[in-house]
Amino acid sequence: MKQAALLPILLLPFLAWAAPPPGSVNEDTVRQIAAQLRCVVCQNLSVADSPSEMANQMRGIIRERLKAGETPEQVIVYFVDKYGEWILLSPRPQGFNLLVWVLPFAGIAVGLVAITLMARRWSRRAAAQPVAETIDPATRERIRREMAELEP
Amino acid sequence: MNSQAVGAAPPAAESRLWRRGKWAIPLSVVPLLVLLAYGFRTDPRAIPSPLVGRPAAPFSVTLFDGGRLSLLDLRGKVVVLNFWASWCYPACYEEAPVLERGWRAYKERGVVVLGVDIQDTEEAARKFLKQFALSFPNGPDPTGKISVDYGVYGVPETFFIDKTGRIRKKHVGAVTEEVFTREVERLLRDGG
Repeated sequence: MKQAALLPILLLPFLAWAAPPPGSVNEDTVRQIAAQLRCVVCQNLSVADSPSEMANQMRGIIRERLKAGETPEQVIVYFVDKYGEWILLSPRPQGFNLLVWVLPFAGIAVGLVAITLMARRWSRRAAAQPVAETIDPATRERIRREMAELEP
Repeated sequence: MNSQAVGAAPPAAESRLWRRGKWAIPLSVVPLLVLLAYGFRTDPRAIPSPLVGRPAAPFSVTLFDGGRLSLLDLRGKVVVLNFWASWCYPACYEEAPVLERGWRAYKERGVVVLGVDIQDTEEAARKFLKQFALSFPNGPDPTGKISVDYGVYGVPETFFIDKTGRIRKKHVGAVTEEVFTREVERLLRDGG
């Protein structure tokens, strides 16, 4: 009797997990949005990763706005509206911000071109050099002598 | 034998481009240094609020003394909206007496100081109010909604709102007597 009464209670978490009540919010979506936002009290953590109370409250606000029918983009726009672009962990690729996105690739491209040019010049120079006799007669003579000594 | 080819390679044919461009390598570090010098000297916390000049977001708050106060009810008054917390030491402790004095000096002239306590426990907050004998309206923001609506990222932060309900100034850090008087006088002067 006692066990029978306990069963629904034990099952409750699983039921809740299996069938979210209508009008509920997908926690993955909340997390996805929170991951794009900077936790305002800890600077370099996202709202998704920060254990702070403020981040917790911000997640609550995200949840609530989604529940009210806003799209993820609208939720992000709301935070940008209040905090400015600063709240976004990665700056939007537009205007001056584009520099941040383009510059690293531009740098890599310039570096590759420079390396190619230099490598070409070096290999050309090496090829142009005549294969010089680099052993002087004295050394040659000494090698010959020492080799002869080694032989029985 | 052929003594000319021995040892030294022919003089390295340094290209003109290379000879002329050599100095550009150390020089290319300069923009980077300038960028770093600039970056390290700016305060990462000094973020301009996009809210200055915009209408203050309406909210209502349940006060610690039981009443309820809506920002909309304060239209026509200059509002000094202060976000604080009892754990915010020392800045909030420094400015509390300033705010209280300001409130007493200006409340008859159409100025309201309104405190919003964020991320705090009620017990600690009440102790703080008692410690400084704060008599201006004060209430908690348990969901953080007011804080986010005002783009608050730390305490203390103070917003000076004019009579038409527009945010005119955001002050980060403890409010001093000088800041309080200057901003309040400015807002009292304009717009009758």
